[in-house]
Amino acid sequence: METLFGIAVDGVAYGMILFIISVGLSVTLGLMRVVNLAHGAFAMVAGYVASFAAQGLGLPYAAALAGAVLLTVVATLPLERLLYRRIYGQANELAQVLLTIGLTFVIVAGINYLFGPTLKRIPLPEPLQGTLALGPKAIPTHRAFVIAVGVATILALWWLLERTDFGIRLRAAVDDPDMAAALGIRTERLYAATFALGTGLAALGGVLGAELLPLEPYYAIRYIVLFLAVVAVGGAGSIAGSAAAALALGVVDTAGKYLIPNFGEFFFYATLILILFRWPHGFFRGRAA
Amino acid sequence: MPGTLRTALLGAVFATSLAGAGPVWAATVKVGVIAPFSGPFATVGQTFKQAIEVYQAQHGKTAAGHTVEFVYKDLDQANPAQSKALAQELVVKEKVGYLAGFFFTPDALAVAPLIDEANIPCVIFNAATSVITEKSPRYVRTSFTLWQNTVPLAEHMAKQGVRKVATAVSDYGPGIDGETAFKATFEKHGGKVVDSIRMPLKSTDFAPFMQRIKDSGAEAIYAFLPAGPTTLAFAKAFSDTGLKAAGVKFFGPGDITQEPDLPALGDAALGITTTFNYSQAHDSDLNRAFVAKHKELFGSSDTVTFTSVGAYDGTHVIYKMIEATGGSSDGAKAVAAVKGMAWESPRGPLVIDPDSRHVTQTIYLRVTERKDGRLQNSEVAAFAAQPDYGYKVGK
Repeated sequence: METLFGIAVDGVAYGMILFIISVGLSVTLGLMRVVNLAHGAFAMVAGYVASFAAQGLGLPYAAALAGAVLLTVVATLPLERLLYRRIYGQANELAQVLLTIGLTFVIVAGINYLFGPTLKRIPLPEPLQGTLALGPKAIPTHRAFVIAVGVATILALWWLLERTDFGIRLRAAVDDPDMAAALGIRTERLYAATFALGTGLAALGGVLGAELLPLEPYYAIRYIVLFLAVVAVGGAGSIAGSAAAALALGVVDTAGKYLIPNFGEFFFYATLILILFRWPHGFFRGRAA
Repeated sequence: MPGTLRTALLGAVFATSLAGAGPVWAATVKVGVIAPFSGPFATVGQTFKQAIEVYQAQHGKTAAGHTVEFVYKDLDQANPAQSKALAQELVVKEKVGYLAGFFFTPDALAVAPLIDEANIPCVIFNAATSVITEKSPRYVRTSFTLWQNTVPLAEHMAKQGVRKVATAVSDYGPGIDGETAFKATFEKHGGKVVDSIRMPLKSTDFAPFMQRIKDSGAEAIYAFLPAGPTTLAFAKAFSDTGLKAAGVKFFGPGDITQEPDLPALGDAALGITTTFNYSQAHDSDLNRAFVAKHKELFGSSDTVTFTSVGAYDGTHVIYKMIEATGGSSDGAKAVAAVKGMAWESPRGPLVIDPDSRHVTQTIYLRVTERKDGRLQNSEVAAFAAQPDYGYKVGK
């Protein structure tokens, strides 16, 4: 019983981390229909910025986190204007893949050149170190913090997309860009804002998830499959779907590794195949899909 | 007439090239180094290259009057086919007399038929699976094996009164070597392995394995993972899930606390007990000179680690081979000349075992601790003259 509880807690904690690093991709891929393979690269850039701010400049964790998210968003906005804007729309899928994977290689090489190939870390502040007791089970305080941020993110995104003017316009622009533009919605600005939202979330995930997915230049390529899996299972564009998918995959992966470690990632990918077989569009067929 | 002119010209060029190249060819011995110089393992190639340059700065660029030139080939990941192709290119096009380097076991194994056919010695700077040197009589290895590090560790743990241990290794060749070596030695000395966990190489979340270790009731763990991001996540999970606080002890081969990773590991590395053939903090004049020269040449000595001494001592072996063969390329003779060779290295006394052609060396017991604000692997005990226990173990 205690073991079962342990698996559940670890699984949910792992799932929440998966969610927080993938939700940004769900926004760009799902809402904007851009296959952004550079998502991991953006997350990595933010991680490196936070690491440099905390270790090189001695800033506190919260400041490093906020600074990294802001800087990444500001740094990627010109990319949106110059590169991404040309490849919006479903007809450009191949162009999207080629452009974003190319961008990823450039960022990987750049980070490797600037920071070197060794691991970097973002030191945690005192309150986030140590463990938190949940009955018989102890989980790292940092992970509990990530779960809390994850829940807050879900609520904030739901509110933003379903309950605000911005959300209404965005949904309109995604469903029918031409009609939305004809009605006076400035779709270009809207897309830029959504792109910024996506990279901001990627950056948040990169910094918060650095304890689990350590920062090194190949981060951007190493974990992209993980991010894509969560979005594919969740259903592109569905925030709730991404959360459900991340939790399901997290729990299955944890249980599999606990019970039969020799099988490795088998259960993770088996679940992925089964879910996609049953629901080819993911758990929740997203608005945009 | 143009035909005659061309022949004359060709003849002249040929004659000049013979006259010019003849003495140079005789006086230059080329060594081909195959290692990762780009990609995720680029640091390894860098440590190889830097250590070779340190050796040449200390001992000169000539051996027995022959200039020694190193030719580097990049092999960014374990890729046996590519390894063989690169080696062939080095032998046929570059006319190298020696092969060296090799980080991954499969890459080293792939060149066995080639070095036998070309009669070229191959000095392995790292690849640590015991079986390699069995595959060709022209392999010489200056690194370590998992067996070599694990046997003294298991004996030490048994002596310390540790009785119940869980092993957690990455699920690939060296990991399984480590698990086998540990189990065999530890159980011979009366200990009990209560759980053997083989973790997928690509794991990111280690919480489930920690739960398993906790449930197994082990007093200590023996862990091996390849150096890099997974090690970091593993060590963090070990302290974050409360196993460290609960008093479970962390043992393993020294790869997990290699010097370049220590700053990132941070406090999670404190108290990890490892056995290994080299620590940057090794207390000897030779080592201090080695590290100081490194710092002088490259500005920092932070990355000096086990792959550095592997390459440094490998270069020494190649120099001795060149001296023994007088610069001619005779692999069998070169290898025969270094069998049983003993010398003092920055890591301590070394002997090349005549049978296994692997270095017999002192293995150190180290504890990771903070000294002057920097993490280091402090040596607390030494086990002299450890051979490769894994050589022909399955035979």
